[in-house]
Amino acid sequence: MSLRVIQPGILSLLQDSGRMGQHRIGLTNGGPLDPDAFNTCNRLLGNSPGSTAIEVSFGGLQLESEVDTFICLTGAVMNLRINNIEQPRWEVLQIKAGDSINLEFAERGCRAYLGVAGGFQITPSFGSTATVVREHIGGLNGEKLGAGDALPCAEVRERERLYLNETQQPRYQDTATVRVIPGYQQHNFDRYQQRRFFSHGFTVSDRCDRMGYRLEGPAIECDIEGILSEGICFGAIQIPADGQPIVLLNDRQTIGGYPKIGSALSLDCAHLAQLRPGGDVHFAAITPHAAHNALHLAQSFQQRLTFKERRQ
Amino acid sequence: MELHNAGENALMLYLGTETSPGVSARVQAAASAVEAILGEDLIDLVPSYASLLIIYNAYTTDHMSVSHRVWACLEQLSEAVENGGTTVVLPTYYHPEAGEDLEHLADSTGLSTDEIINIHSGTDYRVYAIGFAPGFAYLGQVDERIAAPRLATPRLKVPRGAVAIADRQTAVYPAVSPGGWNLIGRCPQRMFDPTATPTMPVSVGDRVRFEPIERARFLALGGEL
Repeated sequence: MSLRVIQPGILSLLQDSGRMGQHRIGLTNGGPLDPDAFNTCNRLLGNSPGSTAIEVSFGGLQLESEVDTFICLTGAVMNLRINNIEQPRWEVLQIKAGDSINLEFAERGCRAYLGVAGGFQITPSFGSTATVVREHIGGLNGEKLGAGDALPCAEVRERERLYLNETQQPRYQDTATVRVIPGYQQHNFDRYQQRRFFSHGFTVSDRCDRMGYRLEGPAIECDIEGILSEGICFGAIQIPADGQPIVLLNDRQTIGGYPKIGSALSLDCAHLAQLRPGGDVHFAAITPHAAHNALHLAQSFQQRLTFKERRQ
Repeated sequence: MELHNAGENALMLYLGTETSPGVSARVQAAASAVEAILGEDLIDLVPSYASLLIIYNAYTTDHMSVSHRVWACLEQLSEAVENGGTTVVLPTYYHPEAGEDLEHLADSTGLSTDEIINIHSGTDYRVYAIGFAPGFAYLGQVDERIAAPRLATPRLKVPRGAVAIADRQTAVYPAVSPGGWNLIGRCPQRMFDPTATPTMPVSVGDRVRFEPIERARFLALGGEL
């Protein structure tokens, strides 16, 4: 039993919460670019945390159901139609075998999450189903979804029809302020360059992907060209020789040799990854302590989200 | 030693500034010690030439606690003994048909291809880091006489198993990929097999020796040309 891919759209990938603990053999994390929207999708569906869902970038996904089950769409604003009838997002929807599910192109934001009751039943590789195309690992065969793919899932007859109140749904913008924890190879950038980095706006380049978001703006100069190759953490902001920052995301390489001016807060990386090319980005410095507080506050906010049940 | 905040849930530990077996051994010893002391709070580690990236769970601990614990375990770290890993022998078919740059390397270094093969296979290499691609092991140091810069224009497709040199590093490409290293031969041993246990024949800290083999043996071992 499965959902059948009719049209995969631009980039649709099976993702769970990511592949952890495998950096030592060169494997990166993968996982959802916007974990909040991904987690809320699974919570609405009553799935266990980290259940496999589809990350739909830009939109255009069309599926046909071969099973009776429930689905839910969260994240970027993509018009959702079931059998050509418009449906709400952030809400558990019942579907029947033979139903068609269409996602239009994103009006706001960039990444949406389509989950199914019980999650897609995919065999994990290295402890995770997260698809990393560059490494050819995860998902169905290490590839993005293609027309004709069958996405296995169980038949489900009962699910609470939960939804997230519109006032609690995130609003996707064309701008993002990215908080940065400095203190990391910062000495390779003089004061003037640091001020330049934090006081100017940057634009999302069209060379932005799951590996990293390349930004365009005033060139930031560094007093060295490269460093002895070392591990790269999530959110690291590399400054290559052309001075244009790259914020490294889920599919980043595990080791690299460019200097880094700081590291972006994961919460803001999720906002960044919802921007499309042309989006505006500003950086703001924060202390490690403030970063820690921000993470805990966000987690507490997530846990306090309450869902309502739709009465038919 | 230096320890820096590298992000919301990461610390970067520097154990030296250069590529050397001694520094690499310290990185390995520190990795084991940090793994033991952080236990469940540890998410992942990335050992490299002279550094160790420590990624921890920011919801169960914080940077202050992790730094204290890391410093404490480093103080107790006895002088790292430089013989932790095992030696892995990788059979290699050195020949222009398996290594497109072998003859060019001979021209540019003034050595014969046999001399290059003798020098390359006559050295034990340390596995300094694994990254770039799954199973890609950075091996060093290549004898200065056969060190060569990366190609000005990287190849779009380097075959799986290609044995290559870049500056004073050497490596075996685990899969078909783009690459700018100088190709001198090919190894039939798979460097990354997701279905095997372990998935890689080498890990950081191990030593690697390349053993020249004939064409027939290369093909018998499953090598492809």
